[in-house]
Amino acid sequence: MKAQYITGEKHSETKWTHYPHFAVIAMDVVIIAVNILVWVNIKQTLPPRDNLVRVIGQQWSWSFIHAGPDGELDTADDVATVNDLHLKIGDTYHFELQSRDVLHNFAVPAFRLRQDAVPGRTISGWFKPTKIGTYDLQCAEMCGYGHGIMGAAVTVHSEESYNTTMAQIQNGTYESHYQKRMGTKTPLPSYTSQVDDEDSFAVLLASIF
Amino acid sequence: MSQAATAVQTDTNAEHHEELSFLYKYILPTDHKIIAMQYIFTGMIMAVIGGYFAYAFRMQLAFPGELVPLYGLVGPGEYNMLVTNHGTIMIFWVAMPVLIAGFGNYIIPLMIGCDDMVFPRLNRLSYQIFLASTLVLILSFFVKGGGFGGAWTAYPPLSSVAEYSLTDWGASLWVLAVALEFVSFLLGGINFVTTTMNARAPGMKMMDIPIAVWFIVLAVILFMASVGPLIAGAVMLFMDQRIGTSFFLPSGGGDPLLWQHLFWFFGHPEVYVVLLPTLGIVADIITVFSRKKLFGYKTVLYTAFATGGLSFVVWAHHQFIAGIDPRMANVFVVTTVLISIPLAEMMFSYIATLYGGSIELKTPMLWALSFIAAFLIGGVTGIYLGASALDVYFHDSYFVLAHFHYTFFPITIIGMFAAITFWFPKMFGRMMNDTLGKIHFWGTFIPFNCIFLPLFFLGLAGQHRRIYNYNHFPDLATQELQNIRIFATVSLIVMLCFQLVFIYNFFVSMFKGKKAPDNPWNANTLEWSTPSPPPHGNFKTLPTVYRGAYEYSVPGREMDYWPQNEPPEES
Repeated sequence: MKAQYITGEKHSETKWTHYPHFAVIAMDVVIIAVNILVWVNIKQTLPPRDNLVRVIGQQWSWSFIHAGPDGELDTADDVATVNDLHLKIGDTYHFELQSRDVLHNFAVPAFRLRQDAVPGRTISGWFKPTKIGTYDLQCAEMCGYGHGIMGAAVTVHSEESYNTTMAQIQNGTYESHYQKRMGTKTPLPSYTSQVDDEDSFAVLLASIF
Repeated sequence: MSQAATAVQTDTNAEHHEELSFLYKYILPTDHKIIAMQYIFTGMIMAVIGGYFAYAFRMQLAFPGELVPLYGLVGPGEYNMLVTNHGTIMIFWVAMPVLIAGFGNYIIPLMIGCDDMVFPRLNRLSYQIFLASTLVLILSFFVKGGGFGGAWTAYPPLSSVAEYSLTDWGASLWVLAVALEFVSFLLGGINFVTTTMNARAPGMKMMDIPIAVWFIVLAVILFMASVGPLIAGAVMLFMDQRIGTSFFLPSGGGDPLLWQHLFWFFGHPEVYVVLLPTLGIVADIITVFSRKKLFGYKTVLYTAFATGGLSFVVWAHHQFIAGIDPRMANVFVVTTVLISIPLAEMMFSYIATLYGGSIELKTPMLWALSFIAAFLIGGVTGIYLGASALDVYFHDSYFVLAHFHYTFFPITIIGMFAAITFWFPKMFGRMMNDTLGKIHFWGTFIPFNCIFLPLFFLGLAGQHRRIYNYNHFPDLATQELQNIRIFATVSLIVMLCFQLVFIYNFFVSMFKGKKAPDNPWNANTLEWSTPSPPPHGNFKTLPTVYRGAYEYSVPGREMDYWPQNEPPEES
């Protein structure tokens, strides 16, 4: 069967592409408007805080400094932990995100939260835990050899459990939630993959430089 | 343009092209067709390496910690190196050389009706620099410390400080290889633009140029306009690595985000640099196999201009959560979502081209149609990621990974197969086996969807990229998610096995296939008016052009095609 000859330049023909096209434009406007509303809410403005935590990424672990009862950092009652973040349910948290070496990313998928940590800067943001439980914190920015193991445990406590844990940390009876959580899973493979110096071809090429 | 139409047809110069020795014909050629083959074959060899890397790390994801057959153990350092170089190779050493340099070289002079590129020796130099860059990249896998493992975006300080990356020379050679490659494509790009603007056959007006040629030229213009900042950035990164400057190191007063701006100012137009040639090739193929005029030639062309222009002002959508001022994100959301407007119009025009056509489902047409289908999924999921608020969750997750594989796989692999199966008769003078071609098509397209559709769900489950073993993240170490990973890996292996069908078909058809006529697809464009394969010098008599490239099924004509160089009938 012979095909039709349609140039796509007459008005009766261009409407085939223009009408769906107008629908696309209308949807674009809705997407942009809703998106900006949400974005302003989650990233551009900080709601009043109930609590404060400093998050420091470094190759390849996370350090957390909880503000303690006075709600201020860099005071005597700060509580520091490694790979264990403890949060009180219902509090609006502000975080101060820092990095000691390369880029990292403070990502807690359960919180729908993700923010790069940039060395030399302190980046602020906020979140509000609303559900008790323990969640993964994952580094989501390539940070080198140990990127694949750079996790931490984020535990959302009820008020009393939070106070107990904080007391345990301070009197040294605390057992890491992160280690407990990891211990139930497959152990890490012991093999490490640094280049083998006995590998003759690699040595030969390396000796060129 | 009217002078061109009335210009006296220049005499043929085919007899000036005497027989060349093997060295000058195949090793140091100036013939654009041989240089194109060099690019295409180099690109295909690199595609094999990139596919092998994908196989190795997908096996590690599906069966973590176990020996991978034909590779060995994939530890964290190797995993980083594999994903980094898989991305680098597939974009810079497969998509760019095969689609732009390879097919650009092959089809531009043939489609616009001239005997060679206007700067043939520059063309040869361009390939030689490209080959050098390939060798430097391969060398980087074997130096002490192994290949570079800081992701293909190479964000500093990880990429600029050897103590952080643990790949001292791997990182430097990677930067060097990428910079050399850009030099090569700059030389090639100048050649493409000059040739198309100055060497068209008499009578070929701007609006008679086939879309495939137009889009390759637009792509190289985008490339040349965007690559400057990245070459500057690469030099700065190299100096940070080797002579201790600190352009990107905060402790020395530098800024890591500077690199991200330089990289993505190039990196986003780069997406359209590799996209446009495939869109052009697909436009040509769907017109030929549906025997239809392209729907709205000028609309398609102008939407490509608009896309190219917009692509320069969207780069920061890669950096919504990278620590830039959050207010800046709003601007980039608007520009990013705006890109959907010209591209949607273009896609609607392609689909409208099919309407009322007499569609013949030969292998190249199957590839072209599957490109449109797969690319639509890639494009629509891109709108999710362009919305900054959603990007907070999706950033660096498998959703992003699945999204850009739904764009890059159709662009690179499907586009490459569409172009090869379409121009194979012209390139080698023999037909490819259509049945094997269709087996290969279905054996690639179905597993491709089986690999990447499930990855959208992994991304929605919160799985992020570049992790060598998800057992370290209890939320992601569940059996259900692991089953999805295994399914994707098995699909990948099925897909790789079906590539053997293509390799067999390619080489057997090259030597033993049915002899191809000059114009096996009854197409209009000029490359089909010369013998298959074209002689050195391309045309026996340089053609004169009388009409646009897409005059198919013109009412009142007996034949459903009307070659561009056929003189109008006396009336």
